[in-house]
Amino acid sequence: MELLYASCVGLLVTCGVFLILRSRTFTVVLGLTMLSYAVNLFLFSSGRLSLNKAAVLGYSSEYADPLPQALVLTAIVIGFAMTAFVVILAIRGQTDLGSDHVDGHTPNKKSTQNKKVKV
Amino acid sequence: MIQNLTFLPILLPMLAGVFLLMPPFGTNKKSRRFASVLLSAVTFLASLALLLKVQADGIQVYAIGDWSAPFGIVLVADPLSTLLVCLTALLGFVCALYASAGDDEKGSFFYPLLHFLILGVNGAFLTGDAFNLFVFFEVLLIASYSLLMHGGDKRNTRAALHYVILNLVGSAVFLIALAILYGVLGTLNMADMAQKVALLQGDDIYLAKIGGLLLLVVFALKGALLPLHLWLPNTYATAMPVVAALFAIMTKVGVYSMMRVYTLIFGEEAGELTHMAQSWLWWLALATIAMGAVGVLASKDLRKLVANLVIVSVGTLVALVAVQTIEASSAAIYYLVHSTLVTAALFLLADLIGRQRGETSDRITAGPPVSQPRLLGVCFLIAGIAVIGMPPLSGFIGKVWLLKATLNLEYTMVFWPLYLLASLAILLGVSKAGSTVFWNHKTKVSETLEQKRVHPSQLVALIILISGAPLMAIFAGPLSEYAIGAATQLHDFNNIKVILSGGQ
Repeated sequence: MELLYASCVGLLVTCGVFLILRSRTFTVVLGLTMLSYAVNLFLFSSGRLSLNKAAVLGYSSEYADPLPQALVLTAIVIGFAMTAFVVILAIRGQTDLGSDHVDGHTPNKKSTQNKKVKV
Repeated sequence: MIQNLTFLPILLPMLAGVFLLMPPFGTNKKSRRFASVLLSAVTFLASLALLLKVQADGIQVYAIGDWSAPFGIVLVADPLSTLLVCLTALLGFVCALYASAGDDEKGSFFYPLLHFLILGVNGAFLTGDAFNLFVFFEVLLIASYSLLMHGGDKRNTRAALHYVILNLVGSAVFLIALAILYGVLGTLNMADMAQKVALLQGDDIYLAKIGGLLLLVVFALKGALLPLHLWLPNTYATAMPVVAALFAIMTKVGVYSMMRVYTLIFGEEAGELTHMAQSWLWWLALATIAMGAVGVLASKDLRKLVANLVIVSVGTLVALVAVQTIEASSAAIYYLVHSTLVTAALFLLADLIGRQRGETSDRITAGPPVSQPRLLGVCFLIAGIAVIGMPPLSGFIGKVWLLKATLNLEYTMVFWPLYLLASLAILLGVSKAGSTVFWNHKTKVSETLEQKRVHPSQLVALIILISGAPLMAIFAGPLSEYAIGAATQLHDFNNIKVILSGGQ
């Protein structure tokens, strides 16, 4: 279980980082979402992975750590709000700047445009 | 009421933000402005009351929901955090006052966002819990995202997009660091973490080190430490100046978190992890100072210039944090207050100068003269002298103190020349900017289209900030005593027991 869990987190982080380094805002937002999924899983595992354990004291001799679950819940809520914000911002960037490139313009396109103007 | 005083600097801005969204403040411009300035003044007074109480009774520990220290979240008001809370509240008040001259109408919800930002910053200063620190970071960040977009244009959208994406990645790294530290230490209360770090054995030490250094990445991003400083000049220069002035406190949140984490948790008594971040902090800080100084020389408009001055001040502060002696920390506390006030004042000044120069705006080139050269010139002179660190103002005292605090170090021979050269660069940059803006004219006064005067509330806000420099020099005695006291408390390991026992 540990191996599966760890490789899941690792794969999500890899995909997330790869997508964040792309040049279009849409892929960057996807990458951020992937990264936050990975982070949530990782945060959850910080209380150790276990099966069939109660989260409430007194109902079972062994219990799971309830704190990481609360932390993950908080992280999910915050991550959700932030993702919503960055999506809106990306849309606004697209309309304001006329391009969904993270720098507001595609570098090559601009240089060719400049050349045309010079000619 | 009196035992809940610790919570007020967080509660009051939150209530203020909510009230300002509701009628009659939501619809009526005048009442909204009045209420906003009044409520930020109330927050400031509550912070001041907390400061006096901490001075009289020692550290205040407030357990939220009465869940005691290692299990629940505690707020810890010690001299350092209350001082910074007061500074934040003062800055909030000044910015509310300044914006009431018309900047608040350039977008929607300026005042509620301002109060939510103060809520986040105050919470980050007061909290004693690492995860709660993350939550307050997010509160202040989401307020800052919206404030950054306030009244913005296209350039602003691009800078905001970069800022938001960078900070979202930063938040993800923050959570990973917290998860590692919780997995190893089994607690998120900072005082409890400091106790448990010393007891670590075997591989756990390296895990804790990874967690601690990932935290460094996050704080370096928030505090704009090299190489994670690239977002700052663009963000601050494209935000509205009053927002940039308010943001002057935000880099300090990063520096403050470094102070807490690397002197309390990974400080003197952390076993094998003692001072683990020191060498990283030290060399990165020196590089930041150099980079900021180059930026100051290269800046083409006043707001970029001030943004680069912010980078230099962050570098200086982090260098002092890395030294980790009581004297260096007290110098850092004094310098922190000074640099926040003076950079905020310079952002407001750049705005006023830009408005009076028409199309030339705040670019450092010859242009139409400002319509109130004496007033703005004198203000610029005072703020300039303070930020360069020339006698007799507060910058000079801060500079002498920090040079004295770094006198007997291994690397003094590197730090002193570098810092003094950086000061020279600032001197050159600021004086060139000042003389170009105020003395180098293209057109005569009569030819300027319309005479824009400084609005009275803008003037009051500016004077409050500017007067910080001479006042901090006049009252340097009591202030430095306070800073030394705060630094002693910061380095005092016995405080952990006070925090864990709930302030008894």
